Amino acid sequence: MAERVHTIVELSCPTPLRANDTVLLGHGSGGKLSAELIRAVFLPALNNPVLSRLDDQAIVNVNGQRLAFTTDSFVVKPLFFPGGDIGSLAVHGTINDLAMGGAKPLFLSAAFIIEEGFAMDQLRRIVASMQQAASAADVQIVTGDTKVVEKGKGDGLFINTTGIGIVADGVDLSADRARPGDKVLLSGSIGEHGIAILAQREGLEFETTIESDSAALHTLVTEMLRVGRGIRCMRDPTRGGLSSALNEIAEQSKVGIALEERAIPVREEVASACELLGLDPMYVANEGKLIAIVEPASADAVLHAMRRHPLGSRAQLIGTVNAANPPLVTMRTTLGTTRIVDMLSGDQLPRIC
Amino acid sequence: MRQGRVQFGGIVRVVSLDFVPEAVVDDYVMVHVGFAISRVAADEAERTYKLLEEMGALQEELATDPEGGTGDSTG
Amino acid sequence: MKYLSEYRDERIARALAAEIAERTTSPWVLMEICGGQTHTIMRYGLDELLPPGLELVHGPGCPVCVTPLETIDAAIELALRPEVILVSYGDMLRVPGSRSDLFRAKAQGAEVRVVYSPMEALKIAREHPSRKVVFLAIGFETTAPANAMAAWQAKQEGLTNFSLLVSHVLVPPAIRGLLASPANRVQAFIAPGHVCTIMGCAEYEALVRDFNVPIVVGGFEPIDLLQAVLMLVKQLEAGEAKLENQYVRSVSYQGNLPAQQVMAQVFEVADQKWRGLGSIPGSGLRLREEFAAYDATRVFSLHDISVEEPAECISAQVLQGLKKPTDCSAFGTRCTPESPMGAPMVSSEGACAAYYRYRRRAVAS
Repeated sequence: MAERVHTIVELSCPTPLRANDTVLLGHGSGGKLSAELIRAVFLPALNNPVLSRLDDQAIVNVNGQRLAFTTDSFVVKPLFFPGGDIGSLAVHGTINDLAMGGAKPLFLSAAFIIEEGFAMDQLRRIVASMQQAASAADVQIVTGDTKVVEKGKGDGLFINTTGIGIVADGVDLSADRARPGDKVLLSGSIGEHGIAILAQREGLEFETTIESDSAALHTLVTEMLRVGRGIRCMRDPTRGGLSSALNEIAEQSKVGIALEERAIPVREEVASACELLGLDPMYVANEGKLIAIVEPASADAVLHAMRRHPLGSRAQLIGTVNAANPPLVTMRTTLGTTRIVDMLSGDQLPRIC
Repeated sequence: MRQGRVQFGGIVRVVSLDFVPEAVVDDYVMVHVGFAISRVAADEAERTYKLLEEMGALQEELATDPEGGTGDSTG
Repeated sequence: MKYLSEYRDERIARALAAEIAERTTSPWVLMEICGGQTHTIMRYGLDELLPPGLELVHGPGCPVCVTPLETIDAAIELALRPEVILVSYGDMLRVPGSRSDLFRAKAQGAEVRVVYSPMEALKIAREHPSRKVVFLAIGFETTAPANAMAAWQAKQEGLTNFSLLVSHVLVPPAIRGLLASPANRVQAFIAPGHVCTIMGCAEYEALVRDFNVPIVVGGFEPIDLLQAVLMLVKQLEAGEAKLENQYVRSVSYQGNLPAQQVMAQVFEVADQKWRGLGSIPGSGLRLREEFAAYDATRVFSLHDISVEEPAECISAQVLQGLKKPTDCSAFGTRCTPESPMGAPMVSSEGACAAYYRYRRRAVAS
């Protein structure tokens, strides 16, 4: 039996010491530290009403037309993984940020920071993958930039994509709109992207390979918006997982959210990998799923619309918004007891014991 | 060093079997930090679990029976 | 998943909870010792299923929490040396030392790597012959055989660049210390199932005999813990004190002999300092003389550092089950997972962290 030990979880700093005089890896993980960085450094300096809504995208009004505008940078390692690569991820990720604002994505830019010595054929593969993802989504990459940094200064390749789209009249999605009584819908099973990446890095062998769920969600969103006006907000639970996305919404809307653990779909291999690695699927990244907070009257119709779409076939009603103050996300466990679903501080660390 | 491939819910890992020399293919083992530390005593487990299952079934009956009072549960 | 899913069955959990409630006629204080068990209780809200008279307190069962500050500081110092690769299990890395932690050391340029098995640490040593690989070998008896194998294997291969920074703790002396304390309130124990998988049950039988206290060896799934609680309640209500084994699918009376053998070959019993509890005689393990070349404390000249915990941190009392995390004036306010004051708030298995993540609402009520 070959002992194929690929060591090492990619380290990320989960908690800081009290005084933060340096930026830590945890500041990039999408949890409490990231939120703290935004609140403490970026917001005070750049403050304006659009930014302070802290949605995944900015919706601005230009001569009476509402445009959605967003940016995202991609630093994923490994660059290639089952279900995609950094290129397709970069296209899907930005399309999704636009779609979460109810926008029809139109154009993307792509900026590359490449480390000297990076293999040309890898770059070709990645760019081809971006073109494929964009054209499948009916979006064009219309402008870009390339920088090359010295060997040792770049970690291979970083990609930034920025996107614009149009928001139709009457569509008003924002994280501060959730109200007690609203229903929480989830488009499918969680944890696949994060586990696919980790499995690749850890050399975990699966009987059926776990693939990243990276996908463009805008056509699913269109179907959902067509069915009803009662959608308050949508989020794609990427870094920090389902938990972070829901905690952010709870925080912005000043509400509580009560989840039903039984209703949250997790594939068996993902659940097993999480058990093995001591991780909680609620905190693992997804790249092809969305959460929608919907007013009770429209919830059924929206859920059925989701299920008719290939990317929402496993959609579930997973919880309800309530009037908790301070904002709190809780979950009824499979045993019928209640636990809190906390926001992660930095990154999730594997448990050994 | 004796090693084996251990399957866990669809994942397969290579694990050291040095501490469970009696383990053979199809056995269940408890694994800790890459080492199998015990071989599941299937008969024992089955026997004790049966009792638990009976408790669970009875509890469900009592819970759903509209006539059911608190009654005496089996020891 | 076999041997897993069925031990999370809701009907059986409710049945066990109902029987526990029925049989509990007096208030009892029970302690579980293993961090993994604490985690299960918190994550499944098992305390919600117990009757009000039954109090579950959490013992010093988190090896991360009880690793002495001095060991963390030593690990950080070694990690910062350019020739060293510091290798560790995941959740040691964010435990605060007296000034810093391993993650901060990494941000300062230290090479720190996480592994899931001590054999991976060996592999790193083989792959980097010009670097000194130091493996932070912590844990209870469950992890000791695996850590011992790493040292044993290194010696077999004649590796010259591999050493272990050992901080191993033994459970029975700690329980003995707790029981002997005049402030002790604990009336019964759930013994840690995987520790007993390795060591067997004899040491716990001795505790039952010496202190006349019921002990049940318990597993880690919700059903295991509820069943163990039921077994303890039955004993307490009947005025009995004996050793019982709930975790029969993994624990035998004699334990795992090959594992015990390699532990005995590589380690010997020593006095050990427990963070928050002080020094407990004969409660730890150190590498034997024959393995001196693999003992990081002897290979490197490590300075003796004396350290103090912040005064407000009541880790010691939490670890002994004398206080709950929610009794602490700093809990959830000055002491949170982002700004931890003591180890039980840092480790994901520490009582304070578990409380904070899963049960924080209890503070408000």
